[in-house]
Amino acid sequence: MNENKFDIKKHFFSSLFDQNPILVQLLGTCPTLATSKTMIDGIGMGLSATAVLILSNLLISLLRKFIPKQVRIAAYIVIISGFVTAVELLIKAYLPSLNESLGIFIPLIVVNCIILARAEAFASKNKPIPSMIDGLFMGIGFTFALGLLGMIREFLGTGALLGKTIIKGYPENGFITGNAGAFLALGCLIAAVSFILSVAKNKKGGNK
Amino acid sequence: MNVGVIIGIIISSVLIENYVFSRFLGICPFLGLSEKPSTAFGMGCAVTFVMTLSTAITWLIYTHVLVPFELEYLKTIAFILVIASLVQLIEMFLKKSVPSLYSALGIYLPLITTNCAILGSALLCVQNGYNLIESVIFSFGSAVGWTLAIVIFAGVRARIVFAETPKCFKGTPIALVTASLIALAFSGFSGVELPL
Repeated sequence: MNENKFDIKKHFFSSLFDQNPILVQLLGTCPTLATSKTMIDGIGMGLSATAVLILSNLLISLLRKFIPKQVRIAAYIVIISGFVTAVELLIKAYLPSLNESLGIFIPLIVVNCIILARAEAFASKNKPIPSMIDGLFMGIGFTFALGLLGMIREFLGTGALLGKTIIKGYPENGFITGNAGAFLALGCLIAAVSFILSVAKNKKGGNK
Repeated sequence: MNVGVIIGIIISSVLIENYVFSRFLGICPFLGLSEKPSTAFGMGCAVTFVMTLSTAITWLIYTHVLVPFELEYLKTIAFILVIASLVQLIEMFLKKSVPSLYSALGIYLPLITTNCAILGSALLCVQNGYNLIESVIFSFGSAVGWTLAIVIFAGVRARIVFAETPKCFKGTPIALVTASLIALAFSGFSGVELPL
């Protein structure tokens, strides 16, 4: 990627679709499966991870010339876990219900591969502002995929969206909201995205 | 120490609350390293070793360092540091003194630091208020359950390679659908009630 000419628009769409961290790069599958039971949980998880991503990308980018190469992974993990602890304390204080439904997966943002992958692949090589923007876009891509999966599972499982009933008298579907449904829904979503991307590629294929 | 409690913790951590299928921990290596059953088993052994050891050490640090100084909120940072340095130490120790084990587990060890099952296990033990022996048994059982899951999954996946799947389902999507079916089988354990 060219540091001087940072194409924001292109970067935004690529992080949302063809480089989406969950649906294409398959990073961070654990929180994706665990916190996509409802749309609110999914978006809450996505936004917490986004906040950590932006801040850790910024700090790592600022420190990129001071961190020795040999211990960089350990240094990244310490920086990331510091921000995760801050986010965890904030969520505990202001959003106790979200804290309850996300539970152990808030501290586990530390080992979310997306954050470490962006630190290693982008923030350690680029200037602070592009790194922050990269963190924001990757976070949006993550939140988008989590929210979409949460929406599908919540709608098919309970007939509701964001906690509001859409279809009255919908029979509760424990399979979709349960564990097996999480794997199935994510598998189908990834397949659908790869189908759409391959169709789009074939259409564009003539020019390339 | 009650034997019944120990057996209960083992059964529930291996089967009922299986890390992969009911808690969604350690999915990344579960999907990434399950191409061959032998690789999967090697990773499982490395995880079992590190998870048991790291949970014991993080429990000791939490109870004897963080709690007396009222620093519980630092547990995420402390635990990840302990795990990362422990993995490094184990790697160095094995390289020097048990080269045969090192050559078997070596390639998996660096990957373990970012395996969320390890940190998850340390956090869950503290959250559940287990004592030291219960923590060790819980983490060992969980790791065995994780190994069981990944080996079963690798076995199924080795067969799927020969099946004809739709083009867009090839690779990870069909693996996730398979995992869903295994998770359905494992959810059969969720009704089991243990006399604890």
